[in-house]
Amino acid sequence: MNDTLLQVNGLKTWFETSSGTVRAVDGVSFDIRRGETFALLGESGCGKSITSLSLMRLVPEPAGKIVSGSVMLDGVDLLTLPEYQMRNLRGSKIGMIFQEPMTSLNPVMTIGRQIQESVERHMGLRNRAAKGRVLELLSSVGIPDPEQRYGEYPHQLSGGMKQRVMIAIALAGEPELLIADEPTTALDVTIQAQVLELMADLQKQTGMAMLLITHDLGVVAEVADRVAVMYAGQIVEQASREQFFSDPQHPYSKKLFASMPDIEKRGETLAVIRGTVPPLTTQFTGCRFEERCDYSWELCRNSLPQWTQQPTGHGALCHLMDPRYQGREMTLLSSEPEVESLQTATLAEQATLSVDNLKVHFPIRKGLLKRIVGHVHAVDGIDIELKQGKTLALVGESGCGKTTVGKGILQLIRPTAGKVDFDNNDLTQLSNKQLRPLRGDIQIIFQDPFSSLNPRMRVADLIEEGMVAQGKGGNSSQRQQRIDQLLQQVGMLSEHKHRYPHEFSGGQRQRICIARALAVEPKLIICDEPTSALDVSVQAQILNLLKRLQRELGLAYLFITHDISVVEYLAHEVAVMYLGRIVEQGRVEDVLTEPRHPYTQALLSAVPSIRNIRKKKQRLEGELPSPINPPQGCHFNPRCPKVMDRCRAHYPNKTVHENNHFVRCFLEENRE
Amino acid sequence: MGTLSKYRLLILCSGLLFVAIGLIVAAPVKWVVLWTDALIFTLMVVIIGTAWMVRSRPYLLAPWRRVVRNRIAAGALVVLLSYVVIGLLDSIHFRELLPAQEGSHQQHYSSNTLSLLDKLLTPIRIQEEKSYSAPFAIQLFSKESLQGDDGTTVRDYPRLQYGGAHLADISQRKEDITNTLLLASSYALATWVVISLLVVWMLARRHGQSYRQQFKQLIRGEMEMPWCTLLLMFLVILLLLFISMMLGVKYHIFGTDKVGQDVFYQTLKSIRTGLVIGTLTTLVMLPFAVVLGVAAGYFRGWVDDVIQYIYTTLNSIPGVLLIAATVLIMQAYIAGNPELFETMEERADARLFFLCLILGITSWTGLCRLLRGEALKLRELDYVQAAHAFGVPQNQVLSRHIFPNVLHIVLISLVLDFSGLVLAEAVLSYVGIGVDPTMHSWGNMINGARLEMAREPMVWWSLMAAFVFMFILVLAANLFADAVRDAFDPRAVR
Repeated sequence: MNDTLLQVNGLKTWFETSSGTVRAVDGVSFDIRRGETFALLGESGCGKSITSLSLMRLVPEPAGKIVSGSVMLDGVDLLTLPEYQMRNLRGSKIGMIFQEPMTSLNPVMTIGRQIQESVERHMGLRNRAAKGRVLELLSSVGIPDPEQRYGEYPHQLSGGMKQRVMIAIALAGEPELLIADEPTTALDVTIQAQVLELMADLQKQTGMAMLLITHDLGVVAEVADRVAVMYAGQIVEQASREQFFSDPQHPYSKKLFASMPDIEKRGETLAVIRGTVPPLTTQFTGCRFEERCDYSWELCRNSLPQWTQQPTGHGALCHLMDPRYQGREMTLLSSEPEVESLQTATLAEQATLSVDNLKVHFPIRKGLLKRIVGHVHAVDGIDIELKQGKTLALVGESGCGKTTVGKGILQLIRPTAGKVDFDNNDLTQLSNKQLRPLRGDIQIIFQDPFSSLNPRMRVADLIEEGMVAQGKGGNSSQRQQRIDQLLQQVGMLSEHKHRYPHEFSGGQRQRICIARALAVEPKLIICDEPTSALDVSVQAQILNLLKRLQRELGLAYLFITHDISVVEYLAHEVAVMYLGRIVEQGRVEDVLTEPRHPYTQALLSAVPSIRNIRKKKQRLEGELPSPINPPQGCHFNPRCPKVMDRCRAHYPNKTVHENNHFVRCFLEENRE
Repeated sequence: MGTLSKYRLLILCSGLLFVAIGLIVAAPVKWVVLWTDALIFTLMVVIIGTAWMVRSRPYLLAPWRRVVRNRIAAGALVVLLSYVVIGLLDSIHFRELLPAQEGSHQQHYSSNTLSLLDKLLTPIRIQEEKSYSAPFAIQLFSKESLQGDDGTTVRDYPRLQYGGAHLADISQRKEDITNTLLLASSYALATWVVISLLVVWMLARRHGQSYRQQFKQLIRGEMEMPWCTLLLMFLVILLLLFISMMLGVKYHIFGTDKVGQDVFYQTLKSIRTGLVIGTLTTLVMLPFAVVLGVAAGYFRGWVDDVIQYIYTTLNSIPGVLLIAATVLIMQAYIAGNPELFETMEERADARLFFLCLILGITSWTGLCRLLRGEALKLRELDYVQAAHAFGVPQNQVLSRHIFPNVLHIVLISLVLDFSGLVLAEAVLSYVGIGVDPTMHSWGNMINGARLEMAREPMVWWSLMAAFVFMFILVLAANLFADAVRDAFDPRAVR
């Protein structure tokens, strides 16, 4: 039996747009063997999703067109098949899972029906037999109580459950190849770990091959057998996982690794990739990465690099790998940004912000008279203390209430109870009018750089708005000068101020947001996942910027995130939130190296990491319970691997260790 | 555009204004500004002001560019503009000075309010026959007893007083019409060629190209704007204009109605009524819809409850019932207070105005609901939250962050509503609760033609004329609305 399942050769998918031909996929070749996991890694816009759509022949026509190349599945060229045969193949031989489980399911059909549709179509089963198969599938993807779930609608399931249903649908036709397009990007780390494990198990059972499309190096390190790195429509490097992670060849891959934040790079600036991806409408005469490459020389500009493969199977698209130029030294064109010590001198240890027993409950109203029938305990009594020039990271899964904490501190949502003490003012006691002059001191940067700037205002007006409202920055011409200065401070040009937000990329928009916040001279900035919508290389730029600003201006950050590697890199202290409460808090060194709470331990172990590949996972069962009816006793008890009787009855108190490291767990209390 | 040409434009505009004022003062007439006239001119000022503002903001200008670049939309725009020009000409009203009576120095003005359009169409307006006559007929539609030269009485179709009066008999008609057609077409073509050359010259100057180059580009359609379509559409309009005017003074090209009035004249007069209903109604409803919709979505809470309550209640009353009641009350009021209205036109105009009002009041709920939803969505967006975090006052958040971001919805629904309202007028007038029966409108024309449909042979031309004019207007408006929606739809792929 032939070992190779899928053979892609010279695939080109081009799009005709008003600004020219976009060569989204420009000559991609790779093989996938039976039963292996092949990862296609790349940043947004590099053409990895279009590649997968091209394999399924689902490229949106007539704008897009597969121009040339071949896709051989089991010796059959998919690109020459007539559409009706292709329809039979989709779902039966190739299955697909999409990124957004929320939008991939039909909201008005029960999930059972949706899986059954696929079963009937591809397996030819009917009625009872089909239903039996659906129940089998549901239990095989780890959905408890399949009989009952069969009749439920998508909105009744959580995100992780929906992704499991999507997997069940993809598996219904018993495909030989499963294409998974960012299958876990929309999920939390603990859920992501569950889904990845499930996919690995299923692969072992059915022996299918998997094409995993992702931007996350960590996920690749966890599950892939072989890796291909895509850049600007081409595969620039291809290797087995071990080769790739131990010895990346292409300068782009090397940079990607260097720009990943982690604990070892604390106190250093992260490596960034200069410039931006070149527009795919250009006719390339040289290497696509040339402009951003640290090793580029004359030849890179003028001749297209050749694919060079070593006997080990490790290949790259770079002149440096080409045996013809073997004698050449790898010389750095421009020096790396100097690694300077960013450790700040300890500032006066005065607390700027202290939050005491903050509670934000949202009433649930029902019926004609809108009576309150219950509360969503979004934030349920948290204490935070933040000192000048320091960064406190607030970590937790989505739905744990961390964003609400930020808005509660800002008084964008009025807290139900508790004190927010900032510079000796209790913000919760002030009226909106009294708050207005204090607004400039605390600012916020949002997650989504696309919805945080008004598309109808120019950059200058956006930045000026806060200054006018706060009466800062002097008169009109002084304000304009200040805007120029701010734009330069965040690494943009003062010419940019007359443009509109849609002309900028995500990273640039995030810089504008930072400039806007800085305009009112805040002392504290609440960063609500400011880098989670950005690519790794852009994330590095923003993190460097935030770090530099903290050093220069002595800002304090409340950094809300779910990304542990960012916390490791940036934060001084970390607080882990679970269902509206902080379960563990302390210095980053203490908490992340020696987590004491079982939840922190599970969370850290669930994070896919490139350093300890395939370590033993501590898997966390179940999902975050609803904050409307939190579990009795310790909120974590239904999922806790070390649960005791006591945990089901009472909520544990703080147990404080050295360096103000505290944990709320009975295990720690017992140890004392 | 440089500052220099901006100044030139300003000087040109003010010059034109002076001339206009001079004419207004010097003309031997008494100017009359009807209520709807005043509103129409206010609307014009608002539109011109908005256009001025849009010019300087690229994000506002971009979608309009997309609209005009669309061939179909550009063609539709030319049609709409010609309707608007007719409507505007018909909105400048005055009363003529009557010839001074002997021995009296007091000036008397005619009791008839005329418009500029009436004046321009004078021969067509005053050439009234006795009764029905078919298009291009030279005889009446029904037989009458005629006194012959020899004193005998015969029953025959009498000759028309004006229509084809210059002809000896019907056999000459065909030749006469053909000749006039040819003459009119050649005039139209000549005018068009001159104007086209002017346009090409202007474009060549602006782009700094040679005349010939510019001409080639235009023919090949390589220009950003679809000038080719615009000019061809303009040719069609010119042809229609010249032909209808030159034939119109000799014949009744659309026939005459029951009292012998020219149907073509009536259809042209109806254009203003249709446009007024289509635009002023939306103008009336706009403040309600925008203010209440945005307030409900933004403030939520009790404000939202009250506003929702109001529009749900209003929505559950049948619209026609409300309109009928108001129009009838208005009618009684006008009849009871004759001293308030000097002329018949003023009376009819007041009724038209109130029809617009009541149509507006019954139709704002749809847009209001849309805006409420949009504002609900916008208020949770990050940039609004950021504005709150800066301590920006509420009214500025509303005017700077919420309002500009719902404008596209307002615009799309305005353009889409227009054609519906024009049709609504026809239906309401048909039912008898529309505009004043003495006012020219397509609805009244259809209503008048209704009974004659049963006649044998049929009197079809009134209905046909009203239908064709209304159809072209509504079609053009719909095509234009489609283009506007596509250009402003944020989800559309660019």
